[in-house]
Amino acid sequence: MKELKDMRPEDMRGDYQETVLTYADNRARRVLYTQEEIPYPEGRLIVSTTDVTGIITHVNQSFVDMSGFSTEELMDAPHYILRHPDMPPAAFKDLWDTIEQGKKWFGYVKNLRKDGAYYWVYATVIPNVRDGQIVSYTSVRRKPSRTKVHECETFYPTLF
Amino acid sequence: MSYKLSVSPDYNPEQLSGWFIFNTWLQKTFGQAVHFDVYDDFSGQRQAINDNKIDLIYANPYDAGVLMREKNFVPLVCPHKKTDEALIAVANKHLAQNVEELDMGCRVAYTQDPSVQMMGMIMLEPADLNKNDVRPILCENYILIAKNLIKGQADVGFFLTEAYDHLSNLVRKQLRPLVRSQIFIIHHTLMIHPDMLAKMPNLQQALLEMPKQTTGLDALHNLGFDCWDAIGQEEMEFMIDVVDTLRS
Ligand SMILES: Cc1cc2nc3c(=O)[nH]c(=O)nc-3n(C[C@H](O)[C@H](O)[C@H](O)COP(=O)(O)O)c2cc1C
Repeated sequence: MKELKDMRPEDMRGDYQETVLTYADNRARRVLYTQEEIPYPEGRLIVSTTDVTGIITHVNQSFVDMSGFSTEELMDAPHYILRHPDMPPAAFKDLWDTIEQGKKWFGYVKNLRKDGAYYWVYATVIPNVRDGQIVSYTSVRRKPSRTKVHECETFYPTLF
Repeated sequence: MSYKLSVSPDYNPEQLSGWFIFNTWLQKTFGQAVHFDVYDDFSGQRQAINDNKIDLIYANPYDAGVLMREKNFVPLVCPHKKTDEALIAVANKHLAQNVEELDMGCRVAYTQDPSVQMMGMIMLEPADLNKNDVRPILCENYILIAKNLIKGQADVGFFLTEAYDHLSNLVRKQLRPLVRSQIFIIHHTLMIHPDMLAKMPNLQQALLEMPKQTTGLDALHNLGFDCWDAIGQEEMEFMIDVVDTLRS
């Protein structure tokens, strides 16, 4: 796994806030974020695959385009580099509890871009089962409904 | 005993002769009898898959999962640079400018093609529309979808993008796409039953070399592409997993 780099002020688009996120593996990182939302690209799917510990092993072009990171920056990085400070940890606990049981998880996720802006997705994560074993996980995101995003914007803050 | 070749019923009718030519090529190349079975509906073909009556199949992405994971079919090749994409269109005069402006009870014209239905429904989700929120109008083919739209009998139509692009100019001028998928990952695949593969172990290689012979190249052109790409087991598993995430 790669060294975990802090986010940099020179990468930000416009005014930003700052916080420190501590991840499930106890590593911590300075995170910068703005209030700019980037609309989900029409007709696209954003796809990534991780190993069983959540380290990115594959991304498609739409993932690269939307996250603002290059493929090189994404590969071998923990998927949590996209975690937005507004996302409640309970959502991800539920995600991991579900997929580790071999089940499909879906939910609405606010993602953080390299430039501090955010984008909402409707994500499905599934275990990739080969010869009866979970060998990796794949997530496919699609354009979310605006109503559902508004519901999450009210509901997620209550989960902290 | 003859083997059975089958093609997902979503083929363009103009390509049917291409599949007959392909079947002739197959029989000549391998000296084996292969019968080309035509199914004009998906449920009929699915029944044949369940009854193990198919040995070689040009499968749509939706059926590929069952074929590979439950019937042990082996993926061989997929058409070069040809992925399955869908499009949602309205009549030119329709008021909606984007998917989000569509309302509950919206009349949706679609064919029985399961992949296009799946992609179409996904592209309606941003409008908060699910299966139960729309009024379905099942159509025999894409021309009839276009007619329904133009006559104002349907609000939106789900098209295979390739089929939409092949509509006549006259028809297309009266329609307007609201959204086109750009998924790039999902495609049709030629898949073979392991028993038949044992009899034709070099089939994948022969398919890849088709463009080198005139008869092979002619057969491919009749199918609407230039050559096949090899597809491996894991690549196929990945596509099936992606389709799986879209089913819910
Ligand atoms: C296949 C897969 C895709 C994921 N995609 C995202 C994502 O897009 N954004 C995100 O914040 N977390 C994603 N996660 C969850 C992260 O692994 C992680 O749990 C989350 O970012 C929260 O970090 P933490 O668990 O270290 O607190 C994904 C996990 C998997 C297995």
